[in-house]
Amino acid sequence: MKEIRFHGRGGQGVVKSAQILVETVVEGGLYAHFIPFFGVERKGSPVFGFLRIDDKEIRVKCQVYHPEVLMVFDDTLLNLPQTFLGLVDHGVVIINTEKTVESLPLPEKPMKVFSINATGIALERFKKPIPNTAMLGAFAKATGWVNWQILQEKIRLAFNNDNALAAIDAYENVQLVKQEEF
Amino acid sequence: MNTNQNRIVAISGNKSAAMGAALSRPDLIAAYPITPQSSVVESLAQMIAQGDLNSTMIQVESEHSAMSVVQGAAVAGGRTFTATSAQGLALMYEPYFRMSTLRLPMVMAIATREMTSPETVWSGQQDAVSVRDAGWIQVYVENNQEILDMIIQGYKIAEHPDVLLPVNVCYDGFYLSHLTERVEIPHQPAVDDFLGVYHADHVSLDPDTPMAVDPLTSGEILWRYRKGHLDAMQKALQVIEQTDDAFEQVFGRRYGGVIDTYKMDDADFVIVTMGATTGTAREAVDVARSLGMKIGLLKVRFLRPFPDKKIREILSGKQGFVVIDKNVCFGWNTGVLYMEIKAAISELGHPISSMPAIGGLGGADISVDQLVTCIQVLVKQGSQQPGQLDTYWFQ
Repeated sequence: MKEIRFHGRGGQGVVKSAQILVETVVEGGLYAHFIPFFGVERKGSPVFGFLRIDDKEIRVKCQVYHPEVLMVFDDTLLNLPQTFLGLVDHGVVIINTEKTVESLPLPEKPMKVFSINATGIALERFKKPIPNTAMLGAFAKATGWVNWQILQEKIRLAFNNDNALAAIDAYENVQLVKQEEF
Repeated sequence: MNTNQNRIVAISGNKSAAMGAALSRPDLIAAYPITPQSSVVESLAQMIAQGDLNSTMIQVESEHSAMSVVQGAAVAGGRTFTATSAQGLALMYEPYFRMSTLRLPMVMAIATREMTSPETVWSGQQDAVSVRDAGWIQVYVENNQEILDMIIQGYKIAEHPDVLLPVNVCYDGFYLSHLTERVEIPHQPAVDDFLGVYHADHVSLDPDTPMAVDPLTSGEILWRYRKGHLDAMQKALQVIEQTDDAFEQVFGRRYGGVIDTYKMDDADFVIVTMGATTGTAREAVDVARSLGMKIGLLKVRFLRPFPDKKIREILSGKQGFVVIDKNVCFGWNTGVLYMEIKAAISELGHPISSMPAIGGLGGADISVDQLVTCIQVLVKQGSQQPGQLDTYWFQ
């Protein structure tokens, strides 16, 4: 079973994007689930979510404590102690940022860091600072865990072609910026 | 039936509840939004607006009115649906009690939630367990498929002539209501065949043969209503099993009737759960067994009627058990399910060690690791002393 934790802020489309991932995996014939963790429901407040992917039924209905992948929708969340809590060694971190990796506050831990300016892509493609669909493209490329064709289709269905194009931009431009040190 | 016509989708627990309700084709739906249930009603309103569901939707100003409106429709012989949570259920209590004591079948989903205060909107089971003695049948489910399936089964049980009682399908707020997972949507004609058309014979709205319902009733007669209600609850135990069997014949899924068990045969100790924690506990049982503990799982599906005989059979011969309650029983230093199980095993005739455990209040998580630790405490203490162990709090 693969476990992924989402970190974002209210209004960034975290929950919707995770649901699209679940739909994509399920349509591909495997199992996936997503449990959002809501705090107060307002724009800007931190949002978490827990996604699992498996080739058999997923029985557990609890939070993810040892994620293999972190999806960080906002680089201001990197400072929060809970963001990297429990990340497995050599885990994957996908960050929406326009900063260089050297200027990001990353913990000293062996991990692979991918960077993508998802908000920039969203602004360019559909004039809204909502990075969720671009983050899906980055996820598909960085992990290779989902069927890329089905994912594009699901994004088109849930939103529109501009969002699918944003995902494609991110798929093509996501950068591996740090790998396996420490 | 042709199972190829079933659709596989990824949907939330609330959407699963809405789909289950829609497939059961209620004549009338009335509901008032409340977290975490709101999207059940939103989905149904959307289906009606799009012409996908031919039900009457009545917008009401409170949960008290929601239950009153569906009650009126049920007295007129209609199939009805509503959903609620926590404070909404509390506001609904007066017509809620009357619904069951009028012996009106219906299904109401409860996305279970902690009760205020302290102020909270998150998960827990305090709301639903607090109304366990208001005469409704209550089933607690483990995943989104079971939500959908039990809403369909719920109508079959509720409308059975030996039962004629309303049913609550209770599912953990957020942990299921907002969980997106794979769900198989049954084919509409198969659900139509399974449920049939509901005909109310005990109440009717017919101007040609008018009928007075619920006149002032003296205590000399009233006890008969209560006795009949209790008898119907006991009959429901059998109807629940039959319905699960019949459901499997058509849809290929069964849930075990009033209870379910996992790795019980050679178990010395048992973890007892109700609701979404069950799935997490199945995983914890596997982990604990890999550590050498002989543990099995008992999932209590129905809190009302309470399956005391089945539970006694399962726990007889076991060394000890722990009950995971996502609620508290204020009169006892335990949760509600623990107290119910304690009562059920009082007939066993021999001591058995038992541990009340309370967790998951106000949306708190219960992890696999926490459950394994809890099982370890049970096995250690339960091996040393029979009887009731100290209450275990998940922190």
